[in-house]
Amino acid sequence: MKKKLGLVVNPIAGMGGRVALKGSDGKETIRKAIELGSTPVSPKRTAEALKRLMRIKGDIELITYPYDMGEEEAKESGFNPTVIGSITKGETTSSDTCRAAKELAVLNTDLLLFAGGDGTARDIYEAVGNTIPVLGIPAGVKIHSAAYAINPLMAGELTVMYLRGSNTSVHEVEVMDIDEEVLREEDRVSAKLYGYLKIPCDRKMTQSPKEASCRGEQEVAMMQAIAERVVDAMEEDWLYIIGPGTTTRAIMERLGLQKTLLGVDVVERKKIVANDVNEAQLIRIMDGKKAKVIVTPIGGQGYIFGRGNQQISPEIIRRVGPENILVIATPSKIYSLMLKPLLVDTGDEEVDQRLRGYRKVVTGYREETVCKVL
Amino acid sequence: MKRLPPVREYHSPVWSEPIITEMGRKGERGILIPKAEKEIRASARKGKSYIPEKMRRKQAPQLPEIGQPQILRHFLHLSQMCLGMETNIDAEGTATMKYSPKIDEALARSSKMTEIHPCQDEDTVQGILEITYKLDLFLREISGMDQFTFQPPGGAMATFANACILRTHHAARGEGPQRDEVITTIFSHPCNAATAATAGFRVITLMPDPTGYPDFEALKAALSPRTAGLMITNPEDTGIYNPRIREFTRAVHEAGGLCFYDQANANGILGITRAREAGFDACHFNLHKTFSSPHGSFGPGCAAYGVRKELANYLPRPVVTYDGKKYHLDDDRPESIGKLREFHGNIPAVLRAYSWIMSMGAEGLLEVARTSVINNNYLTKMLEEVPGTVRYYAPGEYRLEQTRWSWEKLTKDTGVGTLDIQRRMVDYGLQSFFMSHHPWIVPEPFTPEFCESYSVDDMDYWAAVLKQISDEAYSNPELVKSSPHRAPIHLVKYEGLDDPSKWAMTWRAFLKKRGEFSSDHEPKRDSVSER
Amino acid sequence: MSKEKPFFHPYIPNAVPEIRAEMLKRIGVTDVEELYRAIPKDLRFKGKLKLPKPYSSEYELKRHVLNILSKNKTCEENLNFLGGGCWQHYVPAVCDEIIGRSEFLTAYGGTAYSTFGRMQAQFEFQSLMGELVGMDVVSMPGYSWGTSAANAVRMASRMTGRREILMPKTVSPERLATIRTFCKSVREEIDIAIQLVEYDTETGLLDLKDLERKISSKIAAVYFENPSYLGFIESQGSKISQIAHREGAESIVGVDPISLGVLAPPGDYGADIIVGTAQPLGIHMNYGGGMLGFIASRDEEKYVAEYPSWLISLVETVKEGEYGFGFSRFERTSYIGRDKAKDFLGTVAGLWTIAAAVYMALMGPRGFREIGEVIIQKSHYAIDSLSKCKGVKVFFRSNAFKEFVVNFDGTGKKVKVINKALLKYGIFGGNDISKDFPELGNSALYCVTEVHRKEDIDKLAQALKEVISK
Repeated sequence: MKKKLGLVVNPIAGMGGRVALKGSDGKETIRKAIELGSTPVSPKRTAEALKRLMRIKGDIELITYPYDMGEEEAKESGFNPTVIGSITKGETTSSDTCRAAKELAVLNTDLLLFAGGDGTARDIYEAVGNTIPVLGIPAGVKIHSAAYAINPLMAGELTVMYLRGSNTSVHEVEVMDIDEEVLREEDRVSAKLYGYLKIPCDRKMTQSPKEASCRGEQEVAMMQAIAERVVDAMEEDWLYIIGPGTTTRAIMERLGLQKTLLGVDVVERKKIVANDVNEAQLIRIMDGKKAKVIVTPIGGQGYIFGRGNQQISPEIIRRVGPENILVIATPSKIYSLMLKPLLVDTGDEEVDQRLRGYRKVVTGYREETVCKVL
Repeated sequence: MKRLPPVREYHSPVWSEPIITEMGRKGERGILIPKAEKEIRASARKGKSYIPEKMRRKQAPQLPEIGQPQILRHFLHLSQMCLGMETNIDAEGTATMKYSPKIDEALARSSKMTEIHPCQDEDTVQGILEITYKLDLFLREISGMDQFTFQPPGGAMATFANACILRTHHAARGEGPQRDEVITTIFSHPCNAATAATAGFRVITLMPDPTGYPDFEALKAALSPRTAGLMITNPEDTGIYNPRIREFTRAVHEAGGLCFYDQANANGILGITRAREAGFDACHFNLHKTFSSPHGSFGPGCAAYGVRKELANYLPRPVVTYDGKKYHLDDDRPESIGKLREFHGNIPAVLRAYSWIMSMGAEGLLEVARTSVINNNYLTKMLEEVPGTVRYYAPGEYRLEQTRWSWEKLTKDTGVGTLDIQRRMVDYGLQSFFMSHHPWIVPEPFTPEFCESYSVDDMDYWAAVLKQISDEAYSNPELVKSSPHRAPIHLVKYEGLDDPSKWAMTWRAFLKKRGEFSSDHEPKRDSVSER
Repeated sequence: MSKEKPFFHPYIPNAVPEIRAEMLKRIGVTDVEELYRAIPKDLRFKGKLKLPKPYSSEYELKRHVLNILSKNKTCEENLNFLGGGCWQHYVPAVCDEIIGRSEFLTAYGGTAYSTFGRMQAQFEFQSLMGELVGMDVVSMPGYSWGTSAANAVRMASRMTGRREILMPKTVSPERLATIRTFCKSVREEIDIAIQLVEYDTETGLLDLKDLERKISSKIAAVYFENPSYLGFIESQGSKISQIAHREGAESIVGVDPISLGVLAPPGDYGADIIVGTAQPLGIHMNYGGGMLGFIASRDEEKYVAEYPSWLISLVETVKEGEYGFGFSRFERTSYIGRDKAKDFLGTVAGLWTIAAAVYMALMGPRGFREIGEVIIQKSHYAIDSLSKCKGVKVFFRSNAFKEFVVNFDGTGKKVKVINKALLKYGIFGGNDISKDFPELGNSALYCVTEVHRKEDIDKLAQALKEVISK
């Protein structure tokens, strides 16, 4: 039976970068970009990725949107795609991307490929959340999102492996909401945790008994092991402030409690005290109590504070004390940092300084590592 | 680039051998058993049935019935579809694939080695006890430790012995339960972590600093009153020697822990540097790696585990001792951690290692080390000119006996990865390279180790094949991705291996899943009779 | 480089000075010392290692080693009745031939493609052993019966979440010592506690009443061996398994597969996990170096998920109709899970695995039945003969397979003394078990296999008579 591959291309992604404009959102930016001579990037990148799929061409049905939202790129690469939906050529926006993704999801695609940048990843998330596996072909400028392969070629290869079934693991990656206006105007990165997308996990199946590498399933098992360790060590008279993330979510799952994936929850005596709190609420809840903070690195760069969990403010950290902060992370997360340190950016230099140094990180039930924090 | 030799037009035999359980016909025999003599059978026939009724096998095992020449041929065919170290250039890193001298093999097959029982009276095995004791003495000199045991049947068992000794040592000082953490590094062999965990320890695994060196500051942060010990490989699997190793062992001792040296990677440092001076309390060597015993298709191996005299009482029992006149097996050791395994160890490997060292001598061992380091660095120069390779970590520093490389650049450029190249090598008659132990910190890794048995021509050929495959990746990536093409089988569909409805660890399981096995099978063969 | 004499050795092609100089030039250094600069000076070993002068010629080396080895007295030159976990059986020439093949002898791990032949041979071990023990999953063998039993005990503990096991007092002391090492932990509360169950002094069989007393919902598994270490066939297997299952414990049985041509496979009497050795199947004793152990079970995910060893599985390739081999559930093993793994693994017993596969193929069902019958006939002939010696009694004799307990209390002589005296006759008397089993008095464990001829047994009986009467 043929596998269904959905394809959505954001034709204007990446156009700003070429002419040194940050990001490509907003019609104004696009107009400026075209004025400065920028040409579309996504279509070419998409074609690069699709060409790698030729060897499984006969086993897949490629379904996409019209014109330069996928149809043209598919045909150019040698495919005979099924085209659905309708757009006004040359005037596509995020809402078209969203609509396309939604319609393709309804058709039960085995994988949804999309091409674009950070903005496109957010659009996809808006449309399908983490309900279906997706994968990004990078075409934008300075892409932060972990939903993208490192280049179009690898996007193609990963797609082949995934659809062939020789690599059927998926894992969840953060979708960060980089405030691009802040980025453009203040040249400062400010990020919110937007959500999680499911992407194929590059499971390297090797069959030599001396070595191997495997993630995906293993990831879930490690999260559960960490959760078990944390829960087993929970003491009665402490408050536990649990930051956002899939690894911290496992703790709540173990307790049978609701977790705000993108927010901060508070637990006491293994029961919920409050969900999705902000700084003010946290301070009120903490009044007169001992508290521990449990966080996990968010985003590809390993921030344990300052990206996606700003509710745990410098004031909270001061009150809790750095010694009562527990950092948890799966081994794969640690390895993915490629030996770079964990980072803190609370906005308060003094608090940041107190957090810096070497810190133990819990990576399993009886497994730990030591990471540098900068 | 140096002129490389041409690559060979290799093709593996493809015998398509059936699974042996499908071979032969009813009535064929592979070997006959000596019958009991008439008198014995007669007395047995006096109506006694020695097996209780309900314990008698009712249905014969469905083993195949095959003639002897056919069995021989079948397994010979299988051997021809296997690349052993001797028939190709085998540079699997951390495995130290060196030449296992044939003379040592001949000696190990002597009936003076094969036909002795482990429980024989000491007086009747003075020969093998002498060899075992003398190897102990050699390794004491080579490492600086005070006593060795050869009971661990492999490196992992040696690290497990070490974990057990850590446990016993701290318990004896009343600090047992509180010292429950063992520190290791991500580039040490994974069995250090796994055996420590099996023994009940918490494991702290240190990541290296960004240049690939073990991070001393991280070690300091990991040390605490809960530290039982450090279990570390040096040089690590990256081939990098940790120049601060003495500081590491000192810091661990100050924290009250012991230091264990996993010397699986000893080939480049024999006679150059020792465990003792580096501050270690215990170490192990793999006799089937550094000391030439053959790998045997994944065993049997043998690990020599040695300790300082303060820990000698904890060694697994028995230990070989010498009273000046005779050799003894000392089993009366009340403080011993007990036994890792039945009997004394894989003694044939001990014999081979002894013979190898007696062939080499001190000078020879030094030349082994130097040659392997020179070989590795020579190969580095060759590989630097293969498109797509990246040597990871410690820029500007030499490696010892092996090097961790990455195909990262080639993968980004072509989509071809290390797994693909590993398979394609087989098409040129080369053993697949070793990539890396889990986890792959270095992306798309490969780790060649050319120990002293290999010649310049061998290394040039190896580099030539890698260059060939690199060229193929850049010009025709699909060829490499779909390899192997000249091996006994084609690319395996891995997903079947983790699917309970598809996996099959026995032929009968396979037939059952295919619906071809009748579990209420009629005995096509004779039923088992009583007695 | 210091003025050292050039060193040549047949095993080190590149030690030739000219070759070395060329290589150093290519690397860009003048001296090999530069390559070692990462090692601090104060860690460098000064001088030369104090090792004996080597024999550089192969001829002299051979003479030297053979000279030492000649001090050994072998079981071919003498009559051997030792057993107890390592046994003397006949090793077919084809077995030695196959494991002597360079490709099998010197391969290591490789991949499914480069060492395909060894994977098939080892898969065939799994398949053939599966037929003998009656189970659909058999592991690639590990280090020994004892370590496999330890692994199985830990598997049961993980599966049930319990930390106690029961086993008979008659279990092999060597294997028990091994299991104990694996059951200990740094923190006592996660130790696996081993409780020993009494046995009937008449028959050797497990005392079921004591088992009933000790079984509870805290027990992870009941482990027993068949034939027992003391040689008899445990006939209450079904009952034992029933009792274990009643409390939710696993039934683990350890077997000597040479007996499985005539003895029922443990699955027939309720075994959930089977462990055992394959040393009797075509592997020389090698002074205790010929060990390997396997684990087997039903093909159920809950078991497969707990195996600490490799499991070779048949698997399809991309070519239609073609099959290859791979490792199942690989992430279980220590190479992946590091410390989260199910125990640990390393270089195990690949070559012996292949030898045993060849043996099982050579024997076939008839061979196993015949060898079982012959062994029983011969051992019982020996039992009868030895019982006729004055002062000698044989315990648990009615159910003996290939080993039996010979008691010398009536002779007034210690086993040690008797065995020393037997040496003068060129006989290795049975294992002295008086220390490990004091309740059995002055006893030895004698082993009789298909290699013992009637005249050998008669010689033993005669020698014993003489030794006893002195």
